[in-house]
Amino acid sequence: MKTLESVLIKHPFFENLDKPYLELVTGCAKNVKFEAGQFICQHDDEANQFYIIRHGKVALEICPPGKAPVTVQTVSEGEILGWAWLVPPYRWHLDAHAIELTRAIALDGQCLRKKCEEDKNLGYELLKRLLPAIGRSMEATRLQLLDIYGARD
Amino acid sequence: MENFSPTDPMIPRSYRVKRKIRESHDTFTLDLQPDNLEEKTNFAPGQFNMLYTFGVGEVPISISGPMKESGHILHTIRGVGNVTQALNNLKIGQKVGLRGPFGNAWPIEEAKGKDVIIMAGGIGLAPLRPAVYSLFSQRQQYGDIALLYGSRKQEDLLFHKEFETWRGKYGIQVKVTVDTGDRSWKGNVGVVTTLVPRVSFDPSNCIAMICGPEVMMRFSALELTHAGLTEDKIFITMERNMKCAVGFCGHCQFGPAFICKDGPVFRYDQIKPFISTREF
Amino acid sequence: MNKSEVIDKEGLNRLIQILIGRGYEVVGPTVRDEAIIYDQVFSIEDFPAGWTDEQEGGIYRLKKRSDEALFGYNLGPHSWKKFLHPPERKLWQAQKEGLDFDIIPEKPEHKKYAFLGARSCELHAVAIQDKVFMQGTHTDLHYQALRKNALFVAVNCGQAASTCFCVSMQTGPEVENGHDLVLTEVLDDKRHDFLIEAGSEAGKNILKEVKAKPAGEGDIKKTKEIIANTATQMGRKMDTENIKELLYENLNHLNWDKIAERCLSCANCTMVCPTCFCSTVEDVTDITGEHAERWQKWDSCFTMDFSSIHGGVVRNSTKSRYRQWMVHKLASWQDQFDTSGCVGCGRCITWCPVGIDLTQEVGLIRKSEPGQSGILSGNEGQNENS
Repeated sequence: MKTLESVLIKHPFFENLDKPYLELVTGCAKNVKFEAGQFICQHDDEANQFYIIRHGKVALEICPPGKAPVTVQTVSEGEILGWAWLVPPYRWHLDAHAIELTRAIALDGQCLRKKCEEDKNLGYELLKRLLPAIGRSMEATRLQLLDIYGARD
Repeated sequence: MENFSPTDPMIPRSYRVKRKIRESHDTFTLDLQPDNLEEKTNFAPGQFNMLYTFGVGEVPISISGPMKESGHILHTIRGVGNVTQALNNLKIGQKVGLRGPFGNAWPIEEAKGKDVIIMAGGIGLAPLRPAVYSLFSQRQQYGDIALLYGSRKQEDLLFHKEFETWRGKYGIQVKVTVDTGDRSWKGNVGVVTTLVPRVSFDPSNCIAMICGPEVMMRFSALELTHAGLTEDKIFITMERNMKCAVGFCGHCQFGPAFICKDGPVFRYDQIKPFISTREF
Repeated sequence: MNKSEVIDKEGLNRLIQILIGRGYEVVGPTVRDEAIIYDQVFSIEDFPAGWTDEQEGGIYRLKKRSDEALFGYNLGPHSWKKFLHPPERKLWQAQKEGLDFDIIPEKPEHKKYAFLGARSCELHAVAIQDKVFMQGTHTDLHYQALRKNALFVAVNCGQAASTCFCVSMQTGPEVENGHDLVLTEVLDDKRHDFLIEAGSEAGKNILKEVKAKPAGEGDIKKTKEIIANTATQMGRKMDTENIKELLYENLNHLNWDKIAERCLSCANCTMVCPTCFCSTVEDVTDITGEHAERWQKWDSCFTMDFSSIHGGVVRNSTKSRYRQWMVHKLASWQDQFDTSGCVGCGRCITWCPVGIDLTQEVGLIRKSEPGQSGILSGNEGQNENS
């Protein structure tokens, strides 16, 4: 557990998190590893994990029927994967697979939710960290929507 | 009947296509050589030329190289309009009219002793390439250098064959991202702003040079300020309609400035208010 | 101070003849199409004797005077820019030779113009265009050639129109700079004379030949009275204090929308403005495709095409185009050329089909709370990102 805690506190997402909270979070954590090409989650699967990426790169894909899958975002070292674990009905919205060997810490969604319910301050602390990440990804999506590099005439 | 007047800035000089390099499915580089072999082809990184094709018209094209050799000059062009398509149709040896170089330059001198961030979107890497070469030519004068480059798709990436040399020989951080990728793309997917946290630089001693679509530059500058850069250390290039390139025609006015002669490179804090104003 | 002398109408004719004799094409006021315009003149017979004009926002009409004054009008739709910076001009031509082509430049025209009847505001306008075409990074050789050869015989205004505001812009009514000769028309029951003074060596030289009579104390006093009287007749006023900051701070002012409800985007204001200098280029090819020409033509920031970049038009709305014009004229011009772009001639008011009056519009912006929607409030960029 000691090593997980020290890894978590070094990750930008948990930067400066108070020790008691960190201990609570660590209680839900385990190390995971994905080989290149391995799926981490698939659309509509139950979203029970919140991944803290330590190393590697993960592609978030949408696969339209009859077409090749399209990668819409990649997340890598220092970033996070997943927020569906916090929002009912707790289902993944995208497919994600590792592009290269990826190491992460998986936080159990159910466990985290339970601890957040018990300690609303922890819940608020996590939300304050999660929301900017979601916001950035939304802003990035808006920019992608503009297709600014596309042929303009 | 050669009769080019060297002093009239409105008269194109005679250049010929020496080489044509296909950069991507819609982008190519024309290597042009002056008919008058005495003519100097010097330019400063960031400057542009006006290229004329017979009977079609004239467009501003930024100069994409080289930095050391002289006697020829590179222009990287995206074939999307009438004139650029006509430029694309030129054969080796054919003539184009050239006026220039016009405009100001990237802050290569000012960046000395500092870290440098180069952010490019799409064809925006073309006018930055001479800046990159300039930094390389005096590599020891600069700290960490990072190139953050975003484009629409993998197949739109320019100059990517040079990136390994840039990384290896000159030790710069090159991060590339595309807006959408397929399974063959193993790199980053996302907008160029997402690359900022992934490179190391000292925000208190750093110069950023950004070129790309205006929206991309605005968001990039915003991201850099989040990372701790002040707006007076961020430089961007502006694009507006341009007819004369020498300050006569009035088309490229942008508030206090003429983009053709006061720009195209601007310090971000000096034009931000105008960029933020719609339809300005 | 230069010596004042006096000539009568015959003396003025003599002056015109001397100028023609020296190879000048003399351009002066004349009546055409119910307006006083500038065109080639050969004698005072061509002048608008006894005519004046009545002007208001969107209104211009000629009226008979009770006297036979030659310069008894205010300003017409023309300004001298149409001669120095012509509405269209060939820049060069190109001839195809197989796959090759040759560019044949147009040589600058070395025509000598003598502009007779230029008013003080107009001389200021010429000085402003000099900055645009001759004092920047590059020089417009065609403008320069015509400009260097040009001779200005100016006239002190004996009256002002209801659309005039040169006093506000500090560009008149007294001719002080940029002239070679200056006339003041002195006309009453007993006399019809012109006080004449040289403003340059060329002017002095010509004046010697005119054989004018020395002016008396009374003549000089009379001239001063005429100019002082004109200054009191200004029909418009413009408060220019901090006008650059005022406009820059109010780029999102609601008044721009109000103006856009009336503005037809017709470009008249830019065509009649003596300082507006914008131009475009047109490439034309003949039917064989062997011969191409490039022409420079007056353009206006009110046209849709003016701000087009590939993929779209930057200034789509009328509001943004009017704002561009006025902010450029009164504010960014100061940054670009160290002078206002407005000389207070009032042509843009008179020739606006709907009578938009920039002095009034500036007043409306000034009257409201400053900075509430402007670029210096620093709010806008953040709002757009939220």
